[in-house]
Amino acid sequence: MIESGHVLNVSHLTVDYGNENTPALALRDVSLSVDPGEFVGLVGESGSGKSTLAYAILRLLHGGRVVEGSIEVSGQNVYELDSNHLRKFRWETVSMVFQGAMNSLNPVLTVEQHIFETIRAHDESVTLTALRSRTDELLDMVEIDKRRAQHYPHQLSGGMKQRVVIALAIALNPKLVIMDEPTTALDVVVQRAILDRIGEIQKRQRFAVLFITHDLSLVEQIAQTVSIMYAGKIVETTPVEQLLTGTLHHPYTRGLLNAIPELLEDNVAISSIPGHPPEITRLPSGCAFHPRCLYAKDECRMSPPILKLYAGSWIACERLPELEELYSDQ
Amino acid sequence: MKFVAQRFLFLLLSVWAAITINFFLPRMMPGNPAEVMLARYQGKLNPQALHALALQFGISHQPLWVQYWSYLISLLHGNLGVSVSYYPTPVTTVIAQSLPWTLALAGTATVISVVAGTWLGVISAWHRGTIVDDILPIATTVSSAIPYFWMALLLLYLFGFLLGWFPLGHAYSTIMVPSWSAGFVGNLLAHAILPLSTILISSLGGWLMSMRNNMLHILDDDFMTFGEARGLSSRRLVYIYAARNAILPNLTGFSMALGFVVSGALLTEIVFSYPGLGYQLFTAVENEDYPLMQGLFLIIALAVLLANFITELIYARLDPRVREE
Ligand SMILES: Nc1ncnc2c1ncn2[C@@H]1O[C@H](COP(=O)(O)OP(=O)(O)OP(=O)(O)O)[C@@H](O)[C@H]1O
Ligand SMILES: [Mg+2]
Repeated sequence: MIESGHVLNVSHLTVDYGNENTPALALRDVSLSVDPGEFVGLVGESGSGKSTLAYAILRLLHGGRVVEGSIEVSGQNVYELDSNHLRKFRWETVSMVFQGAMNSLNPVLTVEQHIFETIRAHDESVTLTALRSRTDELLDMVEIDKRRAQHYPHQLSGGMKQRVVIALAIALNPKLVIMDEPTTALDVVVQRAILDRIGEIQKRQRFAVLFITHDLSLVEQIAQTVSIMYAGKIVETTPVEQLLTGTLHHPYTRGLLNAIPELLEDNVAISSIPGHPPEITRLPSGCAFHPRCLYAKDECRMSPPILKLYAGSWIACERLPELEELYSDQ
Repeated sequence: MKFVAQRFLFLLLSVWAAITINFFLPRMMPGNPAEVMLARYQGKLNPQALHALALQFGISHQPLWVQYWSYLISLLHGNLGVSVSYYPTPVTTVIAQSLPWTLALAGTATVISVVAGTWLGVISAWHRGTIVDDILPIATTVSSAIPYFWMALLLLYLFGFLLGWFPLGHAYSTIMVPSWSAGFVGNLLAHAILPLSTILISSLGGWLMSMRNNMLHILDDDFMTFGEARGLSSRRLVYIYAARNAILPNLTGFSMALGFVVSGALLTEIVFSYPGLGYQLFTAVENEDYPLMQGLFLIIALAVLLANFITELIYARLDPRVREE
């Protein structure tokens, strides 16, 4: 499945956090690709495996194993890199804004030291002047005052730390930046500002983004493609316009779309879908969504559905052809 | 700079408090031990010495503040009274003679123990899940579970008595004349090895385990993974990321250990008859030598305070969060 042209190509990836006796499959047969410069949104409830996918791409799974499938970045299999190339691949090719960006910075180093060490780790001969001017440039890009360069993490607000982490993520001009819920811990105003900044920088620097969130409304405005994840599986991949124009979608996606107004008020429960996501150690048979699905039939309990192209979207649902009718009956 | 000045002021205040407590303590002891002691030395000491003792322990008709004032003045002159067990040697002289031994023995042992234990803790945590991390903590837990006193006796019996590899006690052989000759230095080292090993073996494990625990916490922190993700070298991750943060909670422990060097080697010094402060304290208690005890307590208190002060300065250098407060 070597499709050149993609910056990221994840194919049939399965990740297990369990042991031989009790498997805990956080990702099951996940396939996803990102084109150069593309902005892809990855949306799913808490525990659906979004962060696991992000860590798997950087080969940073602690306690988890890739049991099947492969991850290629620019045609290179990430899991075949030797340790030296892996160190360079991390950050020079793919960088990541962590979900816990508030705690991503070393408490005993200044903002500037973080930027310096990151660049130095990949370019030993870089001069101090070059480091300084690059730091100014990066801080400018994320709209942080130059004087903050000498500050320690505890002297910065949450939003500022987030911007510093973003500055670090783009410091080496990577081809792909993974952003794992980069704005979740922030208030709405700061969230908006940071999102706009990310959009602008991305247009200027032309890197691809894999943007992870549980909030569908957030990516609707910024992404080109959106993948929906449920219990470790991608249930739908669709161009963003299709979300707005209301074409046919997976029942779960449909639930998420209906949930958006409520999500804005308090982003806790997806109330339009009854029930809870399953535990990864006790997954339902067949389609993992079937216990919560209004349209589930016997065949949904049999075998897991695979993604099929239908009216411009990739959808994994046994009842795909009938969905149109089923929806209109309501 | 403001921080340093602030801490220094605090040091002065606590030194003053320690000195003041040292003044009042013998005056508040129940059952008036000072008079008991005086009675004991009646006839053994000359009247002048008895009078000096009486003054030092508050058996005086002068008002308290006058006594306090003259106590402060004599302290400023380095006068801590006269030892009764080494009569007529002044307490300051006794202390000045034993302090170097303690610093050399317990000081060296503590520094080695802290540095080596901490470093091994770092290594052990970094290689968690490997054989290194299986063996190190077990070995040191066993060694540190053995009490100082017992360890000292064990080493003394095995290597001093049974095998006869090392001398049984004292800092150097009495037939030697102190000098910087190779022979004498060798003799010093031979005498120091067993007590030094005792302190080292008994305390190293504690440093290892606490550093290892701190490290394991830090290794799970997000900033570690973020550092790894940025392609930082493992050297940098171990030392600048993990160890640098993990050492902070241990600094207070280091300062306590250094402060208590002065007294902490007590048992070891007793077993090996090593002429340090701990041994002197033991002698002082045995002979009810209150002036010497009082002097030793003061020195111990000052050492703890000073070590604390230095640690706070180091802490501030290592942890930016402390600096501004
Ligand atoms: N280190 C781990 N060991 C064991 N199980 C894990 C580990 N990390 C994650 N999991 C499990 O894998 C599943 C997916 O977790 P993951 O963190 O990828 O979800 P997520 O979609 O990022 O959720 P959130 O929105 O809460 O961040 C969860 O069931 C989680 O409990
Ligand atoms: Mg997550």
